[in-house]
This record gives sequence, structure tokens and C-alpha cells, in this order.
Amino acid sequence: MSKLILLRGGRVVDPSQRLDATADVLIADGTIAEVGPRVAEGAPSAEIVDCAGLVVAPGFIDVHCHLREPGREDVETITTGARAAAVGGFTAVCAMPNTDPVTDNQAAVGFIVRQSQRADAARVYPIGAISVGQKGISLAEFGEMVGAGAVAVSDDGKPVVSAHLMRTALEYARNFGIPVADHCEEPTLAQGGAMNEGLMSAKLGLKGIPSEAEEIMAIRDILLARRTGGHIHLCHMSTRGSVDLIRWGKERHINVTAEVCPHHISLTEEAVGAYNTNAKMNPPLRTADDVEALRDAVRDGTIDVIATDHAPHHYDEKEREFADAPNGIVGLETAFAVNVTWLVKPGIIDVPLLIDRMAVAPARIFHLPGGTLRRGSPADVTVFDPVAEWTVDPAKFRSKGRNSPYAGMTLTGRVHYTLVDGRVIHRIAG
Amino acid sequence: MADEIVELNDGTDDLLIVGIQRRGVQLAARIVSMIAEREHVTVPQGALDITLYRDDLQTVGPRPVVGPTDIPWDIDGKHVVIVDDVLYTGRTVRAALDELADFGRPKRIALAVLIDRGGRELPIHADVVGKTLDVAPGGRIDVMVTELDGRDAVVQIRPEAGT
Amino acid sequence: MTGPLGKDLLGLEPLTGEQIALILDTAEPFKEISERAIKKVPTLRGATIVNLFFEASTRTRVSFEFAEKRLSADTVNVAASGSSVSKGETLVDTARNLEAMRIDMVVIRHGASGAAQFLADRIESNVINAGDGTHEHPTQGLLDLLTLRDHFKKLEGLKVCICGDVLHSRVARSNIWGLTKMGAQVAVCGPRSLLPNAIDEMGVTIFDHIEDAIGWADALNILRLQLERMTAGYIPSLREYNRVFGVSRERLERAGRDILILHPGPMNRGVEIDSDVADGPFSVILNQVTNGVAVRMAVLYLLSGGRPELAEAAKHGGGR
Repeated sequence: MSKLILLRGGRVVDPSQRLDATADVLIADGTIAEVGPRVAEGAPSAEIVDCAGLVVAPGFIDVHCHLREPGREDVETITTGARAAAVGGFTAVCAMPNTDPVTDNQAAVGFIVRQSQRADAARVYPIGAISVGQKGISLAEFGEMVGAGAVAVSDDGKPVVSAHLMRTALEYARNFGIPVADHCEEPTLAQGGAMNEGLMSAKLGLKGIPSEAEEIMAIRDILLARRTGGHIHLCHMSTRGSVDLIRWGKERHINVTAEVCPHHISLTEEAVGAYNTNAKMNPPLRTADDVEALRDAVRDGTIDVIATDHAPHHYDEKEREFADAPNGIVGLETAFAVNVTWLVKPGIIDVPLLIDRMAVAPARIFHLPGGTLRRGSPADVTVFDPVAEWTVDPAKFRSKGRNSPYAGMTLTGRVHYTLVDGRVIHRIAG
Repeated sequence: MADEIVELNDGTDDLLIVGIQRRGVQLAARIVSMIAEREHVTVPQGALDITLYRDDLQTVGPRPVVGPTDIPWDIDGKHVVIVDDVLYTGRTVRAALDELADFGRPKRIALAVLIDRGGRELPIHADVVGKTLDVAPGGRIDVMVTELDGRDAVVQIRPEAGT
Repeated sequence: MTGPLGKDLLGLEPLTGEQIALILDTAEPFKEISERAIKKVPTLRGATIVNLFFEASTRTRVSFEFAEKRLSADTVNVAASGSSVSKGETLVDTARNLEAMRIDMVVIRHGASGAAQFLADRIESNVINAGDGTHEHPTQGLLDLLTLRDHFKKLEGLKVCICGDVLHSRVARSNIWGLTKMGAQVAVCGPRSLLPNAIDEMGVTIFDHIEDAIGWADALNILRLQLERMTAGYIPSLREYNRVFGVSRERLERAGRDILILHPGPMNRGVEIDSDVADGPFSVILNQVTNGVAVRMAVLYLLSGGRPELAEAAKHGGGR
């Protein structure tokens, strides 16, 4: 007897099939069985989820987050992170390897996979380190890590300083068909910096990180991708200059993909205000001009995906002098609404394009299952209300982290249901 | 008043006239010039701002403006006459006495006021009084001087009925 | 009820020209008190003030201490170590402990920009910034303004050039804010590697050559050049700095007019300023120090606004 779930009467938006219509989605035994206007009639025994007034989309996939386990379980665990992801509409996330110890071998990758199964919420795919210990000296065992379940490699948290190491990584990664994700930061330019270098940093007396610190490494990586034919994925792009360089690379058909974070398309360096550490992250919030360039890039596809860079920190760690506070903000539970509020609402992109950037493209460029509602695909589905308003209250987060610059803000866009393998892993409260 | 001051002092030797900011200073200047006319001696004159010595600073609210204090000579052993426009509770004079004590030890301090309106809250008395006025509580006496207010006048404001 | 400056003095950027003028005017009578035999007034009698210095600084701390004691306040000096990250108490805990002891005012100097704001946001006591990282040093800015005003009798239209390492200088920032708010014209002169990139957006002219700065200015505020800047690669050597940017008597004489010389101290004689300039007839460096005490007394006086509600509470028993 198959388990049947019917998502009834929603606006089904699936860019992978160029579908945008009112329809029902029938899920049988965890896979998409049928999508169409009158599917309900053929499945009288299905459990019905009423989706009238809501959008039904392939589940969101976050290709960049930090779940802190192993090592900093006081700040987040794979379980709490996977649950926070579910609240945010994510059916899958990719966890960066800057854990303690670093995830740089098959045993560590296997641990993440097992913890993900135990979490029983959003899927957690491990990203393995590029170099052993993320020390930037010798290559980690890509083959064994991929065999154990790693979907990409990255030394994120840190840049890959050695161009030779980046080149070798891009070449070696080709053997396994995985992307190499780089955190672009030229260390001698960025060293000691606490926010964007500009008028605000000059006024506040804080050392700034110039946009060139990112752009210099971005173009280096693009050129190395050209030389090696490897797939470079540029993490959390934050400047107009970077966007111009990515466009240059794509025009020449170099295998470069790029991500932007919701905070970089919604906030500027002004959010630092009077030394607000919840607006401190790396790369930092930049200027209105950079925000505009990034939004345009999301629209025209120069930026392929929106990822969260979810980075929880302990309250005590952020409750410090600005220069000493760690970088990072949480984002899994606010990403979707931030994207709707700052991209869809002002008409820069429409709902189908947003779904492409949050679900379809991530699956495609990281070669992950999902990102589609095609018949036979795993039933990873996100159901949301694109116009509902709600106020952000970090105290109510499922994540252990509370460090969000959106605290107290009213955002538009609310996830109602998140399903993984046809199981409801999140249902809106009340 | 100028005559009484000189008489009280038995002459002008060791006499110092110190006016309390603000209008006491102008009155002191006039007394000094009158003494100069009559006795042909210019008595030294100083100014005292008592704001920093007020006993109500903790409760008076936003900080009052502090005026200049100028005591340009040694007051030890001298006869100091404090001059003020109105003597009421006596707290201003108390503050002035405290402040003078930080400058030195005069042989004698006397008080000369233009108007004594009664209502003392401290055991302070004036040695030289221009005029005594009976003012009901709630009423006000304002002294005006040409140098600051454009005219010389003493204005009495009665309390409103029911206040 | 808070006073005309609010609860804290964290910088000159948040103040209006009127507020700055009020502080300078209030400092005048306090100058006179420092000339008396008994340099004390009872104004802040019974108030408790903590000098919380995370960075060693004899000069500023002593100046504040004199200001506090001349107002009859009780002062306590705390030399705290390092930042929240190094061993020792975090700034948050320090703040809470001070508040638990019912301190009236805290004067804080700290190596991190924003530390004074951080403290002020967390305690009810008045907080005075005695220098936070490279952000602001408001009382230094104020005493520089007072010294300039003493000499020129006005600030509006005055041409002041700040010379040296502006990038790392909180004194420079406070001066830029204070001077521009009072209508003066501000310029900076120094190696471009020691000027913030966005400095021109702060309403400031840039001179690449000290000779041009001297030719333009009514007054020079010469900043101390720290040895660390050379080791961090911002400038090649102190020797070159002195030869190219040093304020020397010859350079001043070539201007053919009197230019006032200020320096926040301590001086590196022979680096940014030559001895014959520091000790010369146009130097007001010692006046700055004298004015420092008066300005700090004025700030303490203005911030400690009377609080009628406290008197009421005391009357009915019980503290806060």
C-alpha cells in the first residue's frame, strides 16, 4: 500500500520543466508521482495538504553553510542546523568543512553523512576540505572523500592562498567531477580588517577590507579555471568588480559559477551603524552600488545561486568590541524571506527566477539530486506564501545561533511546508 | 549704601568689594565709583560666580551656565564686602562664603544687598541694606541694571490668586 | 533628566556646533580655578568616577584625574589589561561590575574602536571616551579647539592642517569633526599610505607636500608618528619621514608669517617635529595641556546633569 500525499491546488512553479501553473502534486512513497491539474481524482486515499494561495516548488538547496559539528556543538549541531534549514524551506544543505577537526578525510565525511541521517530533517551533504587541515599546503584525499559522500571541496573560512595549490585542486577535482569552492580573500590586503573599506570604516576608526581583496582572488581563480578546465565556484561574492570579472569569465565559456548571500543583496555597510557586531561578516557588507550590481547579476544569471553562508556564533562571542568579534551571521531561517523582500517584491526578479536560483541551479551546478518536480524525482518540495509578512525574532530560531542583523525587521515571504522524500519536515506553526 | 559701607569699615583701608554674578557685579561697580567720588580712593573690586558652590546642583537639572570669577588679589587679612542684588533664602551668600574661604582668610566679611525681601532659610543677615521689602511667598523681586537690562529698576511680581 | 550633551561623550561626530561651543564656553571659568591657590570647587562632591584605562596613558589619565579632583569628586584608577579576548575580564563583565558598584561616571580609554560606545550602551553611568582605538578622542579634540580659539579668538574660517598619520589617529578624527562643525577649514598632509582612502569625503583638503600645507595653514596640528608604522610597511623609514614631512623651523620661516603649532603629545622630537619648533615661539603645546584640564572639568560638569528624580527617590528611601 503506497503512502500517498497530495499537494492540492497550489501554484506549481518548476523552472526545470518550465512549469508555472495551478496544479496538484501527487507524491507516492517519497517520489513525485504526478503533477497536473486534476491529479486528485485518481488518488482518493491520499493525505491532502491544501496549497491554495501558496506556491509549490522544488525544495530549496543551500550550497554553503556552517553547521559547526564536530567541534562547536555549543553553537550548532548538524541536527539543529538541519532543522533550522527545514524552517527556512531548505530540503538540502551543503556543510562547509571548517569544523574542528577539519573534515578532510573519508572518516570525517562519513560522520557528517551519518549525523545527517540521524537529524532526519533537511539533507546535509558534506563538503570536504581542499587541503589537509585547511592549512593550504597539501591536497586532501578528494577521491576518498567523494567516495564517502562529499559533493565538493573547499577551504572556506579561509582563502586558498597558493595559486599552485588552487591550480592543482582544480585539475584533480576534474577526475571526480566536483566543484572547487573558493573563499576569495587576498590575505595581506584583508588582514586585520573588520568591515568594508570606505567612508564608514574611516569614520568608525576600523580597519577596512578593500573590495580588491576579493576581486584579485576571483580573477586568479577564473584564470586558473581557464587553464585547467576545472570547475571553480566562487563563494559569497560581494562587489561590483567581482561581478564584472565573473561576466568576463562566462563570456569566454570558462567553467566558473558564483553564489551571492542574501545579506549582500539587501544590506550595506551602513548596517554596522554604531558598531553592531551582528552586521559583521566576511566578506563584509559593502556599498549600495555593490548591492545594485549583485542584484542585477542575480537577475541576468552572472550569479548562479543564492546561498546562505549560515554562520552561527555564541552570544558571548559576538558581545565584544567590534574588532574582536568573530565574523558571521545566521541565515537559514531568513534567507528566503530576505530574497523575496529585496529581490521579488521590488520587481527585480520574479518567483520562478528565485526558485531557479535557490533550487534548480544549486542542484545542477553541484550535481545534486533534487531541484525539480519531474516525475520520479525524490519528493523534496517547498510550499510557501510569497506575500505573507512576518517579523524576525531570533529567540524563536531553531538554530542555536541568534546573530542576525534582521532581528526585529518585518519581511515578506513565509515557508508553510518543507518535505524531504515526501515527509513533512517542517510545517508552519499556528 | 556706599556711605554705610565706608562707615562700617571705618574708612577705606583694606576694603575689598566683591560682587556676586550677575547683577551684584554691576551694583558693586557702582558702589566702588561712588566711594571713589566721595573718598577719592578707588577700592579694589572683584567678581564671584557661585554656581559651582550651589547646594542644589544635584537636583537643579541641566547644568546652569557658569560665569567668570575674578579675585585678582590676596584676600588674607582684608575686609571683604560681598554685594548682591537681592537677599532671600541666604543660600547664595552661603555659597559665596564657601567660595571665598577657598581663596583665603579675610579679617572680616560683610554683606551689602540692594533689596532684603525676608524669607531666610539659613542664619544669614545683611550688614547694609538698600531697602527692605515684604514679599509674599510665591512672589518675585527682579532687579534690573542698565548695563544688562537696559534700565535701572526693581520689579515686584505678586503671586497670582490661587497660586 | 539628561544634560545638554546627553548621557555620554563618545565623540565629536554626534555633537552639534552649539554643543561644542557650550563646552568651550563652559571651560573658560574652569581655567580660572586652576590658577587659584586652592584648586578645588565642591561641584561634584560625592560623585564617584572611575578612570578605566585599558591602554597605558599617563598624560591623559593624569589630566582627567586633576579635572575630577578639582571638582571634588572621588576618583578610582583601574588599569585593565587587554581586550575581551585576552585573559582577564571581558568588557561586558567589567561594565556590569562597575554598574553594580553604583559608579556615577566612567572615563574609558581602550584599544578597540567602539569600546566606549559598547560600554555606554550597557551601563547607566555617564561614559566619557578618553580614546577608543583609532575612532575618536573627543576631549583632545575639544582642548585643541579651545587652544585655537584662545589664540585666534574665533574658529570659523580658520585654516588648520593636520599633519601625519591620520589613518591611525583618533585625535585626527575628533579634530576633523570638531573643526568642520565649528566652521573651520580642514586639511591633512602626510604620506598617502597613512591617509584613509575616503578622507576627501569627510570635507577635508589633501596636501601631498608639507610646504604647501604650511603655505596654506593658520595652524598645524602635528600628529605623533609611531615606530610600528614603519615596521608594518606604511612608510620606508622615520628618517625619510622627517626629511620629507617633518615640520622644521626652516620650512616655517619660508612661510613668512606666524603659524600656530599644536601637538597632542607625546612628541617624537626629530621625527614629525623638530625641537626648535616644539619649543619655539609659536608652539602652544603646553597651553594645550593646561586647557586639557579645564575642558575635561567642563565636560564632567555638563554631563553630570542634576537628576531631580534621584533626589525624589532618595527622599522616599531606597536607591535606584
